[in-house]
Amino acid sequence: MDIASLTIDQVRDGLRARKFSSVELTTEALRFAAAENSKTNAYLTFSEDRALGAARRVDEKLAHGQDPGPLGGVPVAVKDVIVTKGVRTTCGSKLLAHYIPPYDATAVERLENAGGIILGKTNCDEFAMGSSNENSAYGPVRNPHALDRVPGGSSGGSAAAVAQGTAVVALGSDTGGSVRQPASFCGVVGVTPTYGRVSRYGLTAFASSLDHIGPLARSVRDAARLLGVIAGRDPLDSTSAEAPVPDYLAHLASDVKGLKLGLPREYLKDLTSETGALIAKAVDKLKKLGCEVHDISLPATDYAIASYYIIATAEASSNLARYDGVRYTFRSRSSDTLSDMYRNTRGEGFGAECKRRIMLGTYVLSSGYYDAYYLKAQKVRNLIAQEFAKAFAQVDAIVAPVSPFPAFMIGEKVDDPMAMYLSDIYTITGDLAGIPCMSVPCGKTAEGLPVGMQILARHFDEQRMFRLADAFERAGGAN
Amino acid sequence: MKITEDEVRYVADLANLKLTEDEVRKFQADLDEILVHMDRLNEIDTSQVEPMAQVLYEAEETATLRPDRERPGLGSQVALANAPLASSGYFKVPEVIKR
Repeated sequence: MDIASLTIDQVRDGLRARKFSSVELTTEALRFAAAENSKTNAYLTFSEDRALGAARRVDEKLAHGQDPGPLGGVPVAVKDVIVTKGVRTTCGSKLLAHYIPPYDATAVERLENAGGIILGKTNCDEFAMGSSNENSAYGPVRNPHALDRVPGGSSGGSAAAVAQGTAVVALGSDTGGSVRQPASFCGVVGVTPTYGRVSRYGLTAFASSLDHIGPLARSVRDAARLLGVIAGRDPLDSTSAEAPVPDYLAHLASDVKGLKLGLPREYLKDLTSETGALIAKAVDKLKKLGCEVHDISLPATDYAIASYYIIATAEASSNLARYDGVRYTFRSRSSDTLSDMYRNTRGEGFGAECKRRIMLGTYVLSSGYYDAYYLKAQKVRNLIAQEFAKAFAQVDAIVAPVSPFPAFMIGEKVDDPMAMYLSDIYTITGDLAGIPCMSVPCGKTAEGLPVGMQILARHFDEQRMFRLADAFERAGGAN
Repeated sequence: MKITEDEVRYVADLANLKLTEDEVRKFQADLDEILVHMDRLNEIDTSQVEPMAQVLYEAEETATLRPDRERPGLGSQVALANAPLASSGYFKVPEVIKR
């Protein structure tokens, strides 16, 4: 058994054939993850007790001839913005260094009920704000493919853990690309489901009209299986959708002949030559698989960054107001009055990027600027959504790059926030429209850096998206 | 210039955020560059478009409501467990108004 390349099916088969018990696999997975962590800093916290407790329950079920569930015994990593009862949840922030949540996120509860084993919590940009994982108060994550490069962000720890093999699958969160971009930088599959498809109960709020929980995995099949477990209506999240959850595995391993794909020209303008060449090869491969590829135009894309960074920061400035020193563990020691305590706690507790976004969000919502920025941004958001709807009247799915470039060097963009924001150009549109989208590995640059291809689909059409991604993956990606 | 250092201080005040003078200078420059980029939104005609506050797809009007039934809460002991300072079942904070 090679622990670093395990699939969900291999875990299930190994447990059934008694090659290993769930406790044995969990013990080995925890040992391996702890040993490998010095290379990447992917995990912030290991939850040994909880993992071994869950593993014992899987072994008991197996001993009684019961089904341990679709994720029975599977080692899982959870991004540290998703709360876990009794297991420290920092959100990558100094403010929450000692925060022990009193409840589980619905996604966490569902994956454990399905037999999943949570090994620990993964590093991320503070409150999921960043595109490189360099905004974590606990140090950056390093990319397993090149340790001097970023893993992408903000779900950098989850992507690195899956790429490194220290988890079979992981949960991340995506507000502007935070699952897909790190998945592309680390060479794994990352899925942002339809807005409302997965309950956000227990996901620490960043920008509520844009936040998603999504799976990361080493194969489309494993990502689809994890989504099937966590998706579906949750009475505790009023934005979760009623729509029934289909069997996401049902249409895998089928052909994609005749599928109509759109290739938006606005997504091809600013690519590095190697990323551009790989995306071109990927499109050729999709044509060979029988897809029709149409040139399409989504002109509002050019305004997406501006719209996104107004809406996301406005919502964030409101959501982060709760970290005021009253309820969540950290309080500044040097305050005589309540008002000073709020100010000092937030000034000392938040890192630079969170402060920058709180400032920008407060500014665009402040008196006199609301119409010019926030309202305008919401209208542009609608235009972006309408353009997608029009495109989907003609094509079944859209293919595009995930990022204009592969993983960059740690420190390369850290002093230039605008350059960092611009790196999200191809991922934020999917979040703004609320449509399902994913990154699937496409190939590697000459230096060995992974590049991801993005697939975007209609609301609740994850099945078709997975079918296409799976066909592309089985055909060997772009190569 | 889109934003001055004084405006940065004013916004920080609105956000209950204490900034150092170094941060004020840095954020003035950062926000200025970002707001200049945001201005490109004025190039696009949105006179015929409604603002989009939430993702909309077809759903029943009551789709988001759960049955209004009583269920147990966390209880004050658990709710206070992460408080920096608490006593007698309450969060404790410094005095609100200086005498």
